Amino acid sequence: MIASAAPGWFLEHAYLIPLIPAIAFVAIIAFGKRIPAVQVGRYTVPGGGSLIGIASMLGSLALSAGAAIQWIQSSHGHSYTAPIRKSWVWWQSGGIEIGLGQQIDGLSVMALLLVAFISTLVQIYSLEYLKGDRRYTHFFAALTLFSSGMLVMVLAENMVQLILGWELMGLCSFMLIGHWWEDPANSRASLKAFFTVRTGDIGLLVGTAIVGLSAQKWINANGLQDQYSGFSIEGISRWALAGDSQYKSVLTWGAVALFIAAIGKSGQFPLHTWLPDAMAGPTPVSSLLHSSTMVVAGVFLVARIYPVFFEGLRILDTDVNFIAVIGGITIIVAALLAFVQTDIKKVLAYSTVSQLGYMMMGLGVGAWTPAVFHIWTHAFFKCCLFLCAGSVAHSGSHHSFDMKKDMGGLARKMPVTFVCWVISSMALAGVPFFAGWYSKDEIIDIAGANQYWVFFGIGLAGAFLTTAYMTRATYLTFFGKPRGAAAGIHESDHGDAHASHDAHDTHGAHDAHDAHDDHGAHAGPHESPWLIKGPLVILATLAIVAGLINAPAFKIFKFEEWVEPKAEPVALVAEHSAEGDGTKATEESHSEGAARSVLVAAGGESSGEGEATGVGEAKGEEEHAGYPNGRIDEGHLTGECGTPGFVPASEEACYAPGILHHKFEWIKALPAFVLVVLGFVLSAGFCVLFYERKHRRLVGLTERNVLARAGYKFLWNKYYLDHLYENVIVRGIAHPLARAMYWVNQNVLDGIVNGAGRTGRKVGEITYKVVDQGIVDGVVNGSGAAARGTGTALRPTQSGKVSQYGALLFAAAALAALILVLVNS
Amino acid sequence: MLVNQFLLLGAVLFAIGVYGVIARKNAVLVLMSIELILNSVNINLLAFALRNGGDATGHTFALYIIAVAAAEVGVGLALVILVYRNRRSIALDELSEMKG
Repeated sequence: MIASAAPGWFLEHAYLIPLIPAIAFVAIIAFGKRIPAVQVGRYTVPGGGSLIGIASMLGSLALSAGAAIQWIQSSHGHSYTAPIRKSWVWWQSGGIEIGLGQQIDGLSVMALLLVAFISTLVQIYSLEYLKGDRRYTHFFAALTLFSSGMLVMVLAENMVQLILGWELMGLCSFMLIGHWWEDPANSRASLKAFFTVRTGDIGLLVGTAIVGLSAQKWINANGLQDQYSGFSIEGISRWALAGDSQYKSVLTWGAVALFIAAIGKSGQFPLHTWLPDAMAGPTPVSSLLHSSTMVVAGVFLVARIYPVFFEGLRILDTDVNFIAVIGGITIIVAALLAFVQTDIKKVLAYSTVSQLGYMMMGLGVGAWTPAVFHIWTHAFFKCCLFLCAGSVAHSGSHHSFDMKKDMGGLARKMPVTFVCWVISSMALAGVPFFAGWYSKDEIIDIAGANQYWVFFGIGLAGAFLTTAYMTRATYLTFFGKPRGAAAGIHESDHGDAHASHDAHDTHGAHDAHDAHDDHGAHAGPHESPWLIKGPLVILATLAIVAGLINAPAFKIFKFEEWVEPKAEPVALVAEHSAEGDGTKATEESHSEGAARSVLVAAGGESSGEGEATGVGEAKGEEEHAGYPNGRIDEGHLTGECGTPGFVPASEEACYAPGILHHKFEWIKALPAFVLVVLGFVLSAGFCVLFYERKHRRLVGLTERNVLARAGYKFLWNKYYLDHLYENVIVRGIAHPLARAMYWVNQNVLDGIVNGAGRTGRKVGEITYKVVDQGIVDGVVNGSGAAARGTGTALRPTQSGKVSQYGALLFAAAALAALILVLVNS
Repeated sequence: MLVNQFLLLGAVLFAIGVYGVIARKNAVLVLMSIELILNSVNINLLAFALRNGGDATGHTFALYIIAVAAAEVGVGLALVILVYRNRRSIALDELSEMKG
């Protein structure tokens, strides 16, 4: 039954999880630089405060793991488990209280564990990767605060706290991407990331205001203000699901504004351009940013207050959701871009964008659970891929990320890195029985089963493209003949690899004049040390096994049980009254096995068990027409939440729309698998012909064939989106504005001024003769003399010393205040 | 409520700010001190808003001041940068061209 009585210590105190790294951040900033490295036997214990960061992340990890275990213990299969909410008043204004607190449910527990785990590994990796960096302490401080920001966001009790975490991450990403800011390219990249995300963040502020205030109004009208604030996650979810027609347009606009924020943060289609530039930061940062934090924040926002988007973003009341459209476009657009990149990290960056597209698309087509599950699996293998790229650059290619110039043939030199890379690539591509397969395939499957054939096709095409570009990247990095640095040739100009040189300038004794000579000590590519290999191996293992907790192919649905919000309306006051009915029905439908896709309504007096376990397909079709969840071919949605016009009774609340699952069949997984194989074969064949044998008909194709050249140029210029933003929009707005202002200045203002001047002169001439010469002069001369006298007297005060002016100003203000007090009393 | 404490905090911040403006030579530090003064005023506004039962008027003024302060820092920093470009120093005691 409901475990609200004693959820356990870890769940009750989950707010400590982000608090630990936050405190550690302060400690690192304050004392980090004073901690020296200590030599213990053969090993050097790194100083500089990095260990404080790692210790804090380990603490967070331990608490999250405890919370996860207790959550699993207290969650009850497919019936509702009450989230553990806590809130302390942060500030209040105009009758609205905003709290800081925690909202612990399956989703946040999953994300907490994920973030803490990935952050720990990344920090351990950074120990070696950033060894000797000039801003070593600073780096660890920012990294720790960054994780703290994500953790705050993940367990946010209300939208304002969510914004707090969101902005913390934005700030830290700015600091970390621009870590080597001496290089103008890096500082430009960090500015671009910051501003692009800020563009979206305006949507977050506006959307939160719209949604929160409307929800508050609704809550007040329904007499629920004792339980929720309008800004709380639960309050908003409940408001959105109530389907009150009065708020329909408000909901849409709020959802649009919030979705802009999600697009900006998660690098979805029109605002994805910042993400590849964010590669300018050190590799561990890219790895953390692109796996479990930062870019996932947008997807997490959508998943967190899913009802708002689910209800608000349906296009013109059809069952096509705007989220799915954006996600679908992003999958294809980003995957195509990955083909023309020569920088290994940029390939991965576009791949991240594309995978985030999958998550968004999944959320859009009603596949909430697989989309969230994809966050989980994606984090492990994408983090591993980035760390592999870092390992290659660190030990294999002399800090260069250019696959064409400085890599190739590294498979034999760096076996561990290579194996980890291949495993993670396969997980990313969705090869069966690797982690990515379970989640990605289910997203595609549900898109198809809910009869979104376009998105189904996009999902399959994305799988094909993913395999193809990862094969290309793998080939260029690890096979073929070694080139450039990988072959031991050190060119004097490494382009953007310079930045990383700065980081390693204490590596040997080498200095600014020519760092490259000293790297002779590196003696060509070699395998990385264990501080780097360790995290790689752990993550690669997880890239295989992390998917097993929700494997429809093997009838394992643990993740679904633990994380999925429950659809049924839940009694708020007397939680127990509605339960028995529901749990029983759930058990029944589960024992039948075949009725996997049935979610059971509990509590509602109108929903009988007959409906819950029945087969009434036609009925389902009619009732839920217009809803992705309603359109199914086997079983149907029975949770009342999320059906049109359903208003829960005042003592009940909906937390999530019903989520539908479909039965897994091997035959349905086949097309995706065929495409993956096809993608691999085609891409591998092309790579061998093109890069190895230099096939006559393929080499120079982009120069000879007009179509190929146009396509390549189009992709190389990233669809001209950067061009559009910087040259067309920014210039298009700024320049005409400036020109218009100039015109107004020249014609209107000058005209007025000149006209006034001319008139003034005429009047002046007349006045001069009559008044001035006669009367005024005497007075003026007199006052002039007086002014000169006072001027000379006051001159010492105009000393030109700013501080003296300040002192005078404040003395005068104090005097005035004194007089005011005396007069008033 | 604890209005007195807030007012005291505001007064202390204000005093620190005034000291900074008068005593510091570095232009950036002076700008920071001015921020302190502005924010001490904010604290005062909020404290009185709190005394009046969570009245939103004080908050509105505080927000207004924050916006103005942001603009002020923008202009101030631009001035500092220009001064630096021209003189390679932002020490205020060397800036006495305004001497009358």
